[in-house]
Amino acid sequence: MEHLALKELLYKMADDLLILGHRNSEWTGFGPLLEEDIAFSSMAQDKVGQAQALYQLLHQLGEQEPDTVAFTRNAEQFHNSIFTELPNGEYDFSLIRHFLFDTADALRFNMLSNSPYTPLAQLAKKIQGELRYHTLHANTWIKQLGNATEESISRLQNSLTTAFPYALGMFESSPYEQEIISSKWFEGEEILRQKWLESVEAIIAKTQLRLPDVTLTAPVYGGRVGKHSQHLQPLLDEMTEVFKIDPTAEW
Amino acid sequence: MVSKAISATHREIMNWLEEVKDPEIPVLSVVDLGVITDITVTDDGIHIELTPTFVGCPALDMMKVDITEALTSRGLPPPQITVSFREAWSSDKISEKGKAALKKFGLAPPPSATLVTDIDILEHANCPRCNGTNTELKNPFGPTLCRSIHYCLDCREAFEQFKPL
Repeated sequence: MEHLALKELLYKMADDLLILGHRNSEWTGFGPLLEEDIAFSSMAQDKVGQAQALYQLLHQLGEQEPDTVAFTRNAEQFHNSIFTELPNGEYDFSLIRHFLFDTADALRFNMLSNSPYTPLAQLAKKIQGELRYHTLHANTWIKQLGNATEESISRLQNSLTTAFPYALGMFESSPYEQEIISSKWFEGEEILRQKWLESVEAIIAKTQLRLPDVTLTAPVYGGRVGKHSQHLQPLLDEMTEVFKIDPTAEW
Repeated sequence: MVSKAISATHREIMNWLEEVKDPEIPVLSVVDLGVITDITVTDDGIHIELTPTFVGCPALDMMKVDITEALTSRGLPPPQITVSFREAWSSDKISEKGKAALKKFGLAPPPSATLVTDIDILEHANCPRCNGTNTELKNPFGPTLCRSIHYCLDCREAFEQFKPL
């Protein structure tokens, strides 16, 4: 039972990183400017690598090899939040999602760096250091474009309003939430959500954007228990295309 | 493989690993990069602990191959290489010799990560070409995970910095 709770925690973090990493990689070659092309591609590489390291921890707990886990599951076996699987949309949506997701992920790994499960605490400490570059990047652009032109502000505002209910879905509680909290592996989604809201508000306050009212927003849940949007399966089909043609291929 | 007594010493292995370069920065050895965090030689074989710079570093597999090659080419059995996060790698693990090599290569060495309490320090990189301090950060992400892109207003050239981590 303890292992089930721990595995669920690792799976949802790894799946978030793999799926959003894949979405980020879709910007390669299409970024609105070269620097952003490089930034989203680099973040993709970081995230897929971090996902792999988490799958490796799962492998040590008895799960299949990282590649098998990444490439052979169906959509309903993935635990990522629906937020991470949504299509990139235009750059404004990708930037808002990057900001909202990475703020949460940086806080999540910060909290986990004190986890009594040592392999996770060590990895979390490492990932947390890397994520500082992701949040620096997101915060810089949100502050710049959130104060720039009428168009940049209204585009970001629209995306923020669209993204917000999905972003709240990241904090869907685990079926093992109480067990995870009482075992002190992780302080839990609710504490993370509060910290996240504080951090997000602090940055948004420096812009001309408005954060939707959290008390009036219904979070979009389901991803953590395998109930996904129609967008995940096509993403998986594309991601696993080469693997399915030849599972032994090396590239 | 038939195990034979391993005559190589810790120091010899370190010397040989000096020849193994970071595939993405060919002037920097894996030893100077600080990713070789433990070497154990026993009758059963050589065990090397490798601590990655970045979790998703794509050069890791190539480093493993090159490390293995460096030892087997000297008649030693292939080492057992473990990737570890026991103690997170920091850019402070790059040796002084390594930092000098980076600068010569045209890549600004990382400022001490222990001083990086606020990541805004990234804004203030010194130009590796003209030593100018009047520089600006263009992108916290660069051509590899470990580099950021800057612009020097003194010599008007773009340059890269090995990120403090």
